[in-house]
Amino acid sequence: MEDFSLYVPLITVLAATWRMATPIIFAAIGAMFSEKAGVLNIGLEGIMLIGAFSGFAAAVHGAPIFVAFVFALLVGAVAGAIFGYLTVYLKTNQIVVGAAFNLLGLGITGFLYRVGDFGSSGIKISNPISIPFLADIPFVGPILFQHTPMVYLTLPLVFMAFFVLYRTAYGLNLRAAGDYPNALAAAGQSVNLHRFSAVVLGCSIVSVGGAFLTLSYTNQFVEGIVSGRGFMALAVIVFGRWTPLGIFGASLLFGLFFALQLFLQTISDAAIPYQAFQAMPYVLTIVVLVLVGGRSNAPKFLTVPFQR
Amino acid sequence: MSKHSNILEMRNISKRFPGGVVANNDVTIEVRQGEVHCLLGENGAGKSVLMSILYGLHHASDGEIFLRGEKVKIASPKEARNLRIGMVHQHFMLVPTLTVAQNVILGQYPAGTVLNMIPEVSQKLVELGRRFKLPVDPGALVMDLTVGEQQRVEIIKALYHGADLLIFDEPTAVLTPKEIAGFLDFVRHLRDEGITSIFITHKLDEVIAVADRITVLRDARKIGTVLAAETDPSELARMMVGRDVLMKLGDVRHDVGEVVVKINGLSANNSRGLEALSDVSFDVRAGEIVGIAGVSGNGQSELCLALTGLLESTSGSIQIDGEEIARLLPRGVAEKGVAHVPEDRHKLGVILPFSISENMVIHQFRKEPFSKMGRLLKKNISEYSRALTTEYRVRMRDTEQPIGDLSGGNQQKVVVARELARNPRFAVINQLTRGVDIGAIEFLLKKILEARNKGTAILLVSTELEELFAVCDRILVMSGGRIAGEFDGGRENLEEIGMLMATDVAS
Repeated sequence: MEDFSLYVPLITVLAATWRMATPIIFAAIGAMFSEKAGVLNIGLEGIMLIGAFSGFAAAVHGAPIFVAFVFALLVGAVAGAIFGYLTVYLKTNQIVVGAAFNLLGLGITGFLYRVGDFGSSGIKISNPISIPFLADIPFVGPILFQHTPMVYLTLPLVFMAFFVLYRTAYGLNLRAAGDYPNALAAAGQSVNLHRFSAVVLGCSIVSVGGAFLTLSYTNQFVEGIVSGRGFMALAVIVFGRWTPLGIFGASLLFGLFFALQLFLQTISDAAIPYQAFQAMPYVLTIVVLVLVGGRSNAPKFLTVPFQR
Repeated sequence: MSKHSNILEMRNISKRFPGGVVANNDVTIEVRQGEVHCLLGENGAGKSVLMSILYGLHHASDGEIFLRGEKVKIASPKEARNLRIGMVHQHFMLVPTLTVAQNVILGQYPAGTVLNMIPEVSQKLVELGRRFKLPVDPGALVMDLTVGEQQRVEIIKALYHGADLLIFDEPTAVLTPKEIAGFLDFVRHLRDEGITSIFITHKLDEVIAVADRITVLRDARKIGTVLAAETDPSELARMMVGRDVLMKLGDVRHDVGEVVVKINGLSANNSRGLEALSDVSFDVRAGEIVGIAGVSGNGQSELCLALTGLLESTSGSIQIDGEEIARLLPRGVAEKGVAHVPEDRHKLGVILPFSISENMVIHQFRKEPFSKMGRLLKKNISEYSRALTTEYRVRMRDTEQPIGDLSGGNQQKVVVARELARNPRFAVINQLTRGVDIGAIEFLLKKILEARNKGTAILLVSTELEELFAVCDRILVMSGGRIAGEFDGGRENLEEIGMLMATDVAS
């Protein structure tokens, strides 16, 4: 590999970055809604798994890709409603319920995958769409303009999150519910209803992030396919300081590491075992949490049930 | 009394909470259009509950409310706001991470609304600020504002929503002395603009400075309404703290034992970092009860916390039998023979879910006979606890039930028993009788006297003058964080003590 040019691999890595970041962007933006309202959901991993499986199951049974995504979204909303009912109304400890959702997600998708008949040929996943003209620009084209629809969708998603949170009355209420719920209650609004709705909305988006893995990335469901992305999304929220744009940027950084480790695996000689590269995104998660550490920008009433 | 001049009448209001606590007992108040009306009373007298009823946060068990001549039912703060009532809470209802304008419109629009009205709201806030001499920066984040500025935001928020009857719940408790002066000016200005204010406080000097009329509450009942122009601080103090006269339980003793506690130049800050205790010096001798009188919030809490190692003093010294303890941690202080009956029983006095026995040995469980090699000797602990609860006539099922099951008075008996059973050199006792019924009060005071007669130096802090007169040998008056005067423990000094309590030497 002496005369190895950096140009092609660089494009490969950067083109993969946004794609690898996409499920994390969905999960982190979704979870940000519920965290902004004061509900911490560490069960993202489980909910992403549920989304990945339900989208896959719908597609196997003949649903078009778009419909499969919508189905995953609805299943995510149901999961969110259960999570929200337990944590917001019954005031069960959010960490415990989150942990339970991770176990539940892993168990239930694994179980259903084994008992169901899903064949082994996989599904037909959505193809990349090349944006006319732009996709032909050298270097930039393949990196930015040759992606599947869900990858492009992260842009309107981030914009929508920003708009809802910072430009609507609902968003204002959500932020109040997470930062000082008593003020929201004093203004005559229901803290619990706002929190519940944020959890349902958030889990729907998280679930779509999971479905991306089976409907746009691979064409198969594998047990534990999410492989830690849900936990990374939690770190991304911290790193992105609970803002949509910050989360987008932090997700891209994680995406870059995913892409890098894939690439490094292909060129590595035996000197460094490939597992070392595989570990990179996870090591980054720990490094980020250590560096950013404090919860200075976190909603002040995160994990605190509302009691008048 | 012509009816239409009253903007508000609350008639025969009673409020009973589940569990039997009566917060308001047949209270009637009348507030005139455009006046500053002070609600005066000690902590727990029922002022805040009465105003919470008016603001729809609580619902009265009995009684009627007439607003602008019409009978109203106020079920929620929202309805109160619609009736043009505004409330400035002691703990501000502001979201620190939002701007002033965002806080003002919070919850006022349907969820789907796009918030494009902020510039207009800001404009209106600036105009209101100009009219009421209450400048605010609508774009500033609330967390970047000082406490005084945040209070302004609360007020302007109420005015923005059209309130012309404002309730202030202990508005000066969070302010610095300089801010207080500005605030009182502002309340007068509101009156000039035709706004009616109800002002909850327990600080007499503020009442005299700003009120038109004053209603005094005590023990959930209304004592009376007086014109500010026709009263004076000592009369108010008497109305506020007076209670059934306690007999003098012990003789006033002079020529008592040696000096046990020597406090010199002690200063300390409160939890907000403001100086609450300034250069306090006094001695307490063996076998002497020194009382600290004063309206609450004048440094008594900080004094007690500093003496027991729970609050770090900023300067000064505390000596017990000549040994410096000002830098010791609470456990070190306790081991020097200092006992503490704290003001906030639930926070510092007992661990509510723990049993009576466990609470009883909370200082001593590490040592024999209560434990051996790190193992608790339950039998010895129970025996010890049974003996003390019998001596103190604690009403309970058995010593192993959670102390949280007991009434306030019985909990206090356990605390006092625990602290005095150690035969302390020095006992710091703050608000001994708070939440304790009259029968138990006398019993507890007699126990304090017993300890005195055994040679303990005792500091008894109370806002109840009668309690101090009943047992104290000397009484010091605290005001504005300083010792404002010293008196012999006899009732003949009541007038003078009342006067001194009412003047703030710091301002």
